Amino acid sequence: MVIQGKSVFSGIAIGRLSVYNKAENVVKRTKISDTEAEIKRFEDAREEAKKQLAGLYDKALKEVGEVNAAIFEVHQMMLEDLDYVESIENMIRNQEVNAEFAVANTGDNFSEMFASMDDDYMKERAADVKDISNRLVSVLQGAGVAGIHSDEPVILLADDLAPSETVQLDKSKVLSFVTRHGSTNSHTAILARTMNIPALIGVDYPEDIEGKMGIVDGFEGKIIIDPTMSLLEEYQQKKEKEDEKKRLLQELKGKENITLDGKKINLYANIGGVSDVASVLANDAGGIGLFRSEFLYLESETYPTEEEQFKAYRTVAENMAGKKVIIRTLDIGADKQVGYFNLDKEENPALGYRAIRICLDRTDIFKTQLRALYRASYYGNISIMFPMIISVSEVKQIKEIIKEVKAELDEAGVPYKDAEIGIMIETPAAVMVSEDLAKEVDFFSVGTNDLTQYTLAIDRQNPKLDNIYDSHHPAVLKMLQMIAENGHKHGCWVGICGELGADTTLTETFLKMGYDELSVSPSMILKVRDKIRNTDTNK
Amino acid sequence: MKEFTYTIKDEQGIHARPAGLLVKEVQKYESTVTIFKDEKSADARRLMALMGLGIKCGQEIRVEVSGADEDAAADGIKAFLEANL
Repeated sequence: MVIQGKSVFSGIAIGRLSVYNKAENVVKRTKISDTEAEIKRFEDAREEAKKQLAGLYDKALKEVGEVNAAIFEVHQMMLEDLDYVESIENMIRNQEVNAEFAVANTGDNFSEMFASMDDDYMKERAADVKDISNRLVSVLQGAGVAGIHSDEPVILLADDLAPSETVQLDKSKVLSFVTRHGSTNSHTAILARTMNIPALIGVDYPEDIEGKMGIVDGFEGKIIIDPTMSLLEEYQQKKEKEDEKKRLLQELKGKENITLDGKKINLYANIGGVSDVASVLANDAGGIGLFRSEFLYLESETYPTEEEQFKAYRTVAENMAGKKVIIRTLDIGADKQVGYFNLDKEENPALGYRAIRICLDRTDIFKTQLRALYRASYYGNISIMFPMIISVSEVKQIKEIIKEVKAELDEAGVPYKDAEIGIMIETPAAVMVSEDLAKEVDFFSVGTNDLTQYTLAIDRQNPKLDNIYDSHHPAVLKMLQMIAENGHKHGCWVGICGELGADTTLTETFLKMGYDELSVSPSMILKVRDKIRNTDTNK
Repeated sequence: MKEFTYTIKDEQGIHARPAGLLVKEVQKYESTVTIFKDEKSADARRLMALMGLGIKCGQEIRVEVSGADEDAAADGIKAFLEANL
């Protein structure tokens, strides 16, 4: 059974389900003859409740911080409130009722008063009054402590949980919170975030689920009850990946990408749009090693304007706050069709009219992009990278066009920075002339996917060839060695931005070859960092 | 009897915690302290009544202090309001 709710914190939890056992206080009205003794009983209970709250305050202070703990201080203050206390005492004395009944009744009255107020904050205080009244009744009845009745950690389900309830929970026994009510800002949601466990709200679960197996998918906001074995296995794997990520994050965030023998390497992220910047930062990448600018063209109905492009590049540069952002110029071709470009169908699109070949042919499109890039360079640390290079003459042409663009910007008085320029090395031709190319540019970045395809003469799109598409082929690795050596001869830094960059079985090889940078998908950053930190290039 | 007005500057208004602290401040004195908002009023020793006034940011309250130590109480409460609300 799958029940959809709303996720307030992502993650995956797998375990037995347990429905939170509210200490249901059934309050009966009884007649009391010795009312003064009953008032004494109430006073004792009030002292005990205050003592409990002081303890909860200290506990919450340690677990969830002062802001969240303040609620228990407020509860103590409410227990001191004269109106509340007098109302209870008067009821006991005048109506000759038991303390439990007087407390419950007074609690209801005050809680209604708050609930009817024209103020959302005060409305919520109704729950606080109920909470302190329930606490008093529990003490008076000597009721057992509510909570989890299980020895192993569980997925906890409840209607909603009051702060005093969550703080009393044994946190090591909670894998996830699932509530029927509550909001994204409710106490339970905040607690889940603090505890870093998945939580769902708005889940209308059935009653007969105690002890059943369950999966909470905090990414999709659903809970699966009694999952099939295959689903369980699937989620076990997802969870392992997730745990591994969390572990790496905890351990490796903020740490350097340095080998055991002290070699440092830059670890950057590949992105395909402005919105990916968040995951770049979340995974602690040192910069962006490949920002594919195609999205601007693919998402548009017509050629994106200079202004549109400028805004996107500038946003990314600013969000990265001075960290390197390498933007690759337009890389489309007959396999990545964009309607308004009106490209012809080709027999061999991988070898066809694409990328820099289009840009050098249709310089109007290219210049628009370059102008936007140089303008944005003023707002951060942008480098510009050109794809599909096969010869030195192409780079020379590009540099001529850049000169024109800069002259135009100078004339118009538009500020820009002298961005680093580099090229993708993804054709065997570029590898063979890499020594000469290195004299023209500031950096190389190897596109291993295309380089493998062109070197091995294997179409990446043909599934029949998958078994011989070998990116570890000695020919590819020899080329990688050659690129690094030739780049360094003329002062280029050398990186890898293809999928191979994230292949941790090769990280050591790349380090030994002398690569200065690896650019991988954001989710792989910490895994690669882990590998780098455990590599000794002298061995 | 002493009397003064004060405009609430705290974004959340007189919410639970500062209201509780105000009650504690008032308890230091013998004088009776009454808080008025529009036509409603509350004894400042009574937390829930005080919260019940629903005083929000930007609203003006009037504070009446009367009793043996009313001078000290008025000064103390004024200082408390300025520091906390």
